[in-house]
Amino acid sequence: MDDIDTQNIELQLLLQAIYLKYGYDFRNYAKASIKRRVQHRLTKDGFESISAMQNKVLYEVSFFETLLLDLSINVTEMFRDPKFYLALRKVIIPHLKKYPFLKIWHAGCSSGEEVYSMAIILKEEGLYDRTQIYATDMNEIVLKQAKNGIFNISRLKQYTANYQKAGGQESFSDYYIAHYDHAVMSKSLKENILFSDHNLATDGVFGEMNLIMCRNVLIYFNRDLQNRVLGLFSDSLPNDGTLCLGSKESIRFSAFSNSFEDIVREEKIYRKINTDKLTK
Amino acid sequence: MNNTEFEAIVIGSSAGGIKALSSVLSALPSDFPLPIIIVQHLHPQSDSYLAKILESKSKLKVKQADEKETIADGMVYIAPPNYHLLIEDDRSFSLSIEGPVNFARPSIDVLFETAIYGYRDKIIAIILTGANHDGGFGVKKIKQSGGYIIVQTPESAEADAMPKAAIAATDVDKILPLEQIGQFLLQLVNSSIKKRFAKPRYQPGRFSH
Repeated sequence: MDDIDTQNIELQLLLQAIYLKYGYDFRNYAKASIKRRVQHRLTKDGFESISAMQNKVLYEVSFFETLLLDLSINVTEMFRDPKFYLALRKVIIPHLKKYPFLKIWHAGCSSGEEVYSMAIILKEEGLYDRTQIYATDMNEIVLKQAKNGIFNISRLKQYTANYQKAGGQESFSDYYIAHYDHAVMSKSLKENILFSDHNLATDGVFGEMNLIMCRNVLIYFNRDLQNRVLGLFSDSLPNDGTLCLGSKESIRFSAFSNSFEDIVREEKIYRKINTDKLTK
Repeated sequence: MNNTEFEAIVIGSSAGGIKALSSVLSALPSDFPLPIIIVQHLHPQSDSYLAKILESKSKLKVKQADEKETIADGMVYIAPPNYHLLIEDDRSFSLSIEGPVNFARPSIDVLFETAIYGYRDKIIAIILTGANHDGGFGVKKIKQSGGYIIVQTPESAEADAMPKAAIAATDVDKILPLEQIGQFLLQLVNSSIKKRFAKPRYQPGRFSH
């Protein structure tokens, strides 16, 4: 048994320890990314081994919180993949207009940039006032950032360009107030957004949705956890409900490939289909 | 000490990389036995044209790596633009959008560091032309794990910063002008394969005493 095997055991023990002590369940995450980030934390803080670090994780909550930020990837941007948002506006929004009331779930919303992107599109398309958005994440620190809706002004130039590529035709600067080096998102975008704590690895379904957005979250999970989460989504969507995944994510090889069909294939936008009919 | 039974090639390239990659890949035959996994720095919103260009210059099949895809021998895989490409213990790919590493996503370091998880000491890592220092940390890690490092000579590189950074980072095994890298790689892999068949295959025990 070489060092890599030993490190794999240590990593497994660390993830078990984190789950038992703090309830965050990384045990079914794709391992390579987790292992790499744990190794970088080891080097940075000068620990000899993962086992040595585990001691501090168990006894110092503040150290655990640092590691939690290392482990949960919170990189996002407004209108990330503008082509996706263009497809959403052109293909999905007309379909959503037939409903009198809409429920949208942003699962794994991180610091909220994509939630505000959706809110802007709904405003412009006249749907916002009859929509309830549930924006959830497991990490309370980023959820707080999302709720505040305050973003670094240095990113706004790119967000504006993304917004325009995504079919936006208004003046993007109307949606925020610049304040020193920050942009504060307009209050009117927040009115119908409910930010709350939800962990895809451990929590359940909380309501029936018309549309679920979960982009670039499944890539961090192993197959088992991907299937668990897709099961949650399938259970939360009625027939004809819409599921939007990240552009490199696919439902095709999952246990739920038969429960969905493509709406916009290249943008990974799916429609829930009536599986009862298929099996009969 | 290198274990000479190599099982995967990883390549990192940046500015000037498409020409350099074409040169290396064009030297390899259609029955090249190992997977080749490439990070080429690209503009985040570029499409998947790189795989098409490289396939047209090579006898091998070239494709963009998919999330959870199992790595197959004899295939060439390219990291998708704007995602890091990682290798899991079970020799499948995963993707990540965590922040840029060395200003790059995909980052060569991220691929190289995680290649060790799947391939341990059985890796040949190649650094080609590039204008930043991405890959330096990765080659150091691969060298420490017993892998083999080839670097393009800085003089033959369109941008020499990346080869120089790799050479500075660790004791690399071979520094070659671009036009010799493909041929050398083929010989290195062929001799490793011959060794594999010349002796009864030794399976190292999982538990050493």
